Amino acid sequence: MALIADALGQAGRLFRRMALTEAPARPAARARRDPLEALAGPPEVVETSPTVGDEVKYTTCYMCACRCGIKVHLKDGKIRYIEGNRDHPVNRGVLCGKGSAGIMQQYSPAKLRKPLLRTGERGSGEFKEIEWDEAMRLATDWLGEIRRTDPKKLAFFTGRDQSQSLTGWWAMQFGTPNFAAHGGFCSVNMAAAGLYSMGGAFWEFGEPDWDHARYFVMFGVAEDHDSNPIKIGLSKLKANGAKFVSVNPVKTGYSAVADEWVGLTPGTDGLFVFALIHALLEADAIDFDFLARYTNATWLVVQNPGGPDHGLFARDANGVPLAWDKTEGAAAASSRADISPAVVGTFDLADGRKAVPSFQLLAERYLDKQYAPEAVAERCGLTAERIRRIAAEIAHAAFQEEIVLDQPWTDWAGRRHEKMIGRPVAMHGMRGISAHSNGFHTCRAIHVLQMLIGAIDTPGSWRYKAPYPKPIPGGPPPGGKTTAPNTPLSGMPLGFTMGPEDLLVEADGTPKRLDKAYSWEAPLSAHGLMHMAIHNAWAGDPYPVDVLFMYMANMAWNSSMNTAGTMKMLTDKHPDGSYKIPKIIYSDAYASEMVSYADLVLPDTTYLERWDCISLLDRPIGSAHGPADAIRRPVLKPDRDVRPFQDVMIDLGARLGLPGFTNEDGSPKFPGGYSDYIVNHQRKPGIGPLAGFRGEDGQTPGKGAPNKGQLEAYIANKSFWRLELPHDEAYFKHSNKGYLDHAVKLGMIDKADQIVLQLYCEPLQKFRLAAEGHGAIQPPERDRERVRTYFDPLPIWYQPLEEQKIALDDFPLSALTQRPMAMYHSWHSQNAWLARSSRRTSST
Amino acid sequence: MTCLPAPFPGQKKLGLVIDLDTCVGCHACAVNCKEWNASGHSGPLSDFEAKSDGVWFNRVHTYEAGEGEASRTVHFPRSCLHCEEPACVTVCPTGASYKRAEDGIVLVNADTCIGCKLCSWACPYGAREFDEDDGVMKKCTLCVDKIYNENLPEEDRQPACVATCPASARHFGDLGDPNSKVSKLVAERGGYDLMPEMGYKPVNKYLPPRPKKTGASCGSKASEEFSLIDLAERRAAKDEIAVKTGAEPTLAKADGKGAAFLRWADRVLSR
Amino acid sequence: MHPAFSVILFTTASGAGYGLLLWFALCSLAAPDWIDRPLALTTLLFGLALVSAGLGSSTLHLGRPERAWRALSQWRTSWLSREGVAAIAAYVPAGLLALAWIVWPRPGGVAILPALLMIPAALATTYCTAMIYASLKTVRQWRNRFTVPNYYALGLFTGALLFAAILRLFGRETVAVDIAVLVVGAATLALKLAYWRSIEGRGASTAESATGLGGFGTVRLFEAPHTEENYLMREMGFSIARKHAAKLRRLCLAALFGAPLLLTLIALLAGGWIAGFAAVLAVISAGAGVLVERWLFFAEATHVVTLFYGARAA
Ligand SMILES: Nc1nc2c(c(=O)[nH]1)N[C@H]1C(S)=C(S)[C@@H](COP(=O)(O)OP(=O)(O)OC[C@H]3O[C@@H](n4cnc5c(=O)[nH]c(N)nc54)[C@H](O)[C@@H]3O)O[C@H]1N2
Ligand SMILES: Nc1nc2c(c(=O)[nH]1)N[C@H]1C(S)=C(S)[C@@H](COP(=O)(O)OP(=O)(O)OC[C@H]3O[C@@H](n4cnc5c(=O)[nH]c(N)nc54)[C@H](O)[C@@H]3O)O[C@H]1N2
Ligand code: SF4
Ligand code: SF4
Ligand code: SF4
Ligand code: SF4
Ligand code: SF4
Ligand SMILES: [Mo]
Repeated sequence: MALIADALGQAGRLFRRMALTEAPARPAARARRDPLEALAGPPEVVETSPTVGDEVKYTTCYMCACRCGIKVHLKDGKIRYIEGNRDHPVNRGVLCGKGSAGIMQQYSPAKLRKPLLRTGERGSGEFKEIEWDEAMRLATDWLGEIRRTDPKKLAFFTGRDQSQSLTGWWAMQFGTPNFAAHGGFCSVNMAAAGLYSMGGAFWEFGEPDWDHARYFVMFGVAEDHDSNPIKIGLSKLKANGAKFVSVNPVKTGYSAVADEWVGLTPGTDGLFVFALIHALLEADAIDFDFLARYTNATWLVVQNPGGPDHGLFARDANGVPLAWDKTEGAAAASSRADISPAVVGTFDLADGRKAVPSFQLLAERYLDKQYAPEAVAERCGLTAERIRRIAAEIAHAAFQEEIVLDQPWTDWAGRRHEKMIGRPVAMHGMRGISAHSNGFHTCRAIHVLQMLIGAIDTPGSWRYKAPYPKPIPGGPPPGGKTTAPNTPLSGMPLGFTMGPEDLLVEADGTPKRLDKAYSWEAPLSAHGLMHMAIHNAWAGDPYPVDVLFMYMANMAWNSSMNTAGTMKMLTDKHPDGSYKIPKIIYSDAYASEMVSYADLVLPDTTYLERWDCISLLDRPIGSAHGPADAIRRPVLKPDRDVRPFQDVMIDLGARLGLPGFTNEDGSPKFPGGYSDYIVNHQRKPGIGPLAGFRGEDGQTPGKGAPNKGQLEAYIANKSFWRLELPHDEAYFKHSNKGYLDHAVKLGMIDKADQIVLQLYCEPLQKFRLAAEGHGAIQPPERDRERVRTYFDPLPIWYQPLEEQKIALDDFPLSALTQRPMAMYHSWHSQNAWLARSSRRTSST
Repeated sequence: MTCLPAPFPGQKKLGLVIDLDTCVGCHACAVNCKEWNASGHSGPLSDFEAKSDGVWFNRVHTYEAGEGEASRTVHFPRSCLHCEEPACVTVCPTGASYKRAEDGIVLVNADTCIGCKLCSWACPYGAREFDEDDGVMKKCTLCVDKIYNENLPEEDRQPACVATCPASARHFGDLGDPNSKVSKLVAERGGYDLMPEMGYKPVNKYLPPRPKKTGASCGSKASEEFSLIDLAERRAAKDEIAVKTGAEPTLAKADGKGAAFLRWADRVLSR
Repeated sequence: MHPAFSVILFTTASGAGYGLLLWFALCSLAAPDWIDRPLALTTLLFGLALVSAGLGSSTLHLGRPERAWRALSQWRTSWLSREGVAAIAAYVPAGLLALAWIVWPRPGGVAILPALLMIPAALATTYCTAMIYASLKTVRQWRNRFTVPNYYALGLFTGALLFAAILRLFGRETVAVDIAVLVVGAATLALKLAYWRSIEGRGASTAESATGLGGFGTVRLFEAPHTEENYLMREMGFSIARKHAAKLRRLCLAALFGAPLLLTLIALLAGGWIAGFAAVLAVISAGAGVLVERWLFFAEATHVVTLFYGARAA
């Protein structure tokens, strides 16, 4: 039987071979066909050069926060194809999966079509469509009443907002301190740690030197705000043969392509970093020159246990911190360039107090046996040998492979250096660090490690993205110490506290802000605490508000971390039947979950239908190579009765008579809407939302008079502006005179002083001293112990707070979330392509 | 025509080279492919209007290979390999499935395909998906309407998936020309065929994940010298110097930190 | 592989149809006096109906049935195309045979040539049908040396059962046919058992060869590329549990072989109306059995593409 089968198979093969090996089939060779073959019809004529579209418009993607440049091909008024803009500094032509699905976002059936007024119960989804006139009138009535009586009864919170410089300014003009954007629940631990330590941060304020790094350690990053740049960068690193280490409990995404995956136990990065520091200190694998020149390692810290000055820097009469000059054997202003500062030793100050360089405190702490690799390895889920090897590799890359660029530059003191010497060890981190409750200190620990090996803004290391570095910390204290009817705040609602005196608290310590940011509960909360807004508004704690106004924040779903609870709070009523949160206004472009809980819905356009401004005043798209900003321009006309939210804010501002939005005579200041504001608004003289093409002729970068033709200039430049820094300003920006002067000229910083990196974080010690009973402003008893414990000026490690509450033996496993690369939060659940290509749900 | 074009000298074999070492599994290639092709040569693709479950020309899998610490997680995009001897073409009863002689691209003529699905059975790589809405078979076109498109600037004449890949894990070129960039890449990196045992001779090649830089070596330039032992030696040597020079004994602490402090006390630094 | 009913019906019906036509042709050459016009016309009509039903159902299975005629064009390479051409060609001798019997009560010599042609036509068409499957390298259970013999055997066996029943219903003496049924049946059974044995074990392709990642060790799917089932998973990813398959195999053995062979034996021994009844029952049972057999032929077939979706071997 097998024989028959074989024979038949053989015959078949023969038949096929005969058929297959016919005359060479070059294109024309098979022209003659038998009658049966003719049934196939004529060969297909492939149109290889179809017209792609009738128009190309450049704008900026908004399928996530990365802000890539896109090239939109339009055909018959519809989108044919969206591709990356090759010239754009962020994405250089590539486009991620989300960006590529923009077309489906535009045609999503979930788009809102008209303003909505709630008719049923909250959450029922029953609305009636109303005209914009009525919607604006309602909003103006509700908000006008509040402003006339008590502006802080407006809580204005925005989510994935890319116009925070407008929305924050609006809140300030309105006079409510109750403003924050998504940063507070996003990566504020990281942003604050960075801004208080080095005047920049991982988050969106810095990037690895992809071109020169030899060793790259990435802590807890899945997608990041630098989605495309990280991918572009990693492929560069790999092509250069550098080593990429991914520190992450999870081994997908970037970890999968890493040379070494360090799958440590969640929440233990701080310990791991301390062990690295321990090993490096032991072996003197430390860049002392870097420490002495660029950090506060040599600043003298007063040693007066129990005293009100204990742990603070010793300062001269001008407030300049002192260092111990070994040449003169005396304390001297640390700002002097001619001293030879000590890094260790106990010194007697002129006033008799004792002081030690902050490095000594640091070294004493981390050289301690409790931080030896052998001591922490098990807790981290690693071996001591591995930690020591990684330390050795870091040391090797930093010191044996130092990068020397033949690039002269001038330092802060005016001294010329012939070369730029870099430590090619780059680090980056994100929510894997930041989102843990010990994230602030862990992140500081990483920055300390970077400083110890001299790897901050040097060739091959982590670099600032313009407009960073900023002075430390990154800006003025938060506004809102006082609020009054019809009065703007004294400053922007979000800012940086330097000590108890900057807190927004009443005399008895109660918070002044609804979200309790900048109170003793969260003294440093540099981005506000948006995730507390709904809860506190519901609980009336610290006080009830009248209107909760939200924009682009799917709070009912995402950011609250407690979906069911949040929905309940949004719908909860007083015994008299009124809602606990009296009025909710919400703006979204899509029928997201949050829409159902609003009383008044202001439908926004899609990102392809409006003007937008990606401003240096907000979060930057600048890179280490120089500042950059961008616009979004409408590439399509809305086919629905929707309005860009920023237009609505500017209109509301004018209707409410807010100073920043009206002229002396009460007429609207920006009748042309957001595009008018983008061009003509000035935050400070010469500084506006866009830094490019300023000055009346459009020739001045950074700081200059408004330019009527600015938007046209942007459009002609493919919707972005970018300034490449000269090579001598490219590194050591914290201490580079050329750069600092240039940055002042561009309006990115106010003064060209050296930005000294803060190994030792004095503001934390100030809060701690208050908790220990010093000074006029002290925490209420319930916060005292917490502040004393956690406000340590040198990084500490503690078990994540949520873990402390459980028995680890009972719950030995951690559940982690990680952003899928092809999904952005809750935005894309209604995008047919993304929902299919990737996991159904977003990170949350 | 479902007869395969007979080989001739200098024949072009256009195809993709996919680098599994750098692919991060982001799906950009898959979605951008969808976007270009939804209104391209083989478009529309069925879920353009969010109807049926949708035809994709490109799918990104993730695999795990090996065990424990040594195991690898590998992202793996999969699309038509434009095989040199593809049975997906020869089984087709209508001639709708064909391989172009001029560049080797394997296409489906949507005007003559009867939707018998046999070609999808014949493809080992799952590169063909049936479009329920159109009743015909669809597959990767190698962006035939983009790579030659004279309405696009020269540098944009690349497949959508290649142009968009953020990690530069996808390369496009003529694998018939041994001197092309892609052929050299394949030679250098040991590019390989999927399921060679099928005998379809795929044109597309996959570049294997590179060996990891682990162990004592740091992997960067002069790796071996600075190992774990070096750190310890370095410390010992430094300690010795410090003890010899015997600086400020007050700094010496009982717990072993002392030696380090002794060394550092002597450092002469400038600001 | 997904067992689509239309395709199952196609191969079983046309297999039986060509088997019947072949037996009829053989018989009209070897024992012309057994046949008279009603019997001839009934048999031919029945055979043609089965063949046409099969073709029809396979045409309806197409995404674009209105273009089915194009399928005749690629006879040089495509077994499906060849099958179409052969099937249409086979209508010629079958049609001529029928015409002859319509025109002449006993066509005699006129029917010889068409009958002679009917035999290779039926064999060729069945061969093409079998080769559609047997030529696919991607499915090792099909690219199997037993696939073609199995198709032949099943066609001949089911055709013979049908022919025997028709003869019985027309009251013909059929010991020879009954014996042919028994012999062919036994051979078919042996082939089927051999086929099942042959598909045990694993194919040459593995997740390792599919991905080329075998150098690192065993390859496992960690994350699928999409959230929902797609065409590939439905069409190629169909799989059947071993236990379930075993049960169906037993059912197939009983319905396709056990019962028909037993009933044929009963018919042979009993004669009379019992024989007629038994013969019809045998056909019905075998019909059900062959559907199960063909369902299994698909359901037990594993496509190499499943390797990309987590199968270890295919
Ligand atoms: N595709 C996509 N991109 C996005 C977003 C999105 O939703 N989708 N969201 C944007 C936003 S708002 C943000 S904030 C960024 C966030 O970008 P990422 O910071 O990359 O955010 P996550 O996805 O939360 O990734 C956290 C990573 O940390 C790891 N991790 C968890 N715990 C630990 C730990 O203890 N130690 C270490 N080392 N790692 C740990 C997790 O496994 C995960 O890989 O992404 C932005 N980009
Ligand atoms: N478990 C868990 N929870 C998390 C995180 C996590 O990693 N794990 N990540 C946290 C982080 S870092 C962040 S940043 C938050 C993000 O949380 P959110 O900022 O609340 O979330 P988004 O899902 O981005 O939703 C914002 C809304 O914007 C709407 N939208 C989209 N485009 C437009 C538009 O053009 N105009 C308007 N007006 N609206 C638009 C969307 O429809 C959506 O309803 O989630 C946080 N929550
Ligand atoms: S990373 Fe993707 S989604 Fe985000 S802006 Fe860039 S292209 Fe758009
Ligand atoms: S776009 Fe590139 S990196 Fe992303 S999945 Fe595709 S091949 Fe991999
Ligand atoms: S990958 Fe599949 S569809 Fe593509 S040419 Fe090869 S066999 Fe044909
Ligand atoms: S589905 Fe279309 S392309 Fe595929 S074999 Fe059938 S007719 Fe040919
Ligand atoms: S070559 Fe074109 S059609 Fe093929 S997978 Fe890439 S983008 Fe899709
Ligand atoms: Mo975020």
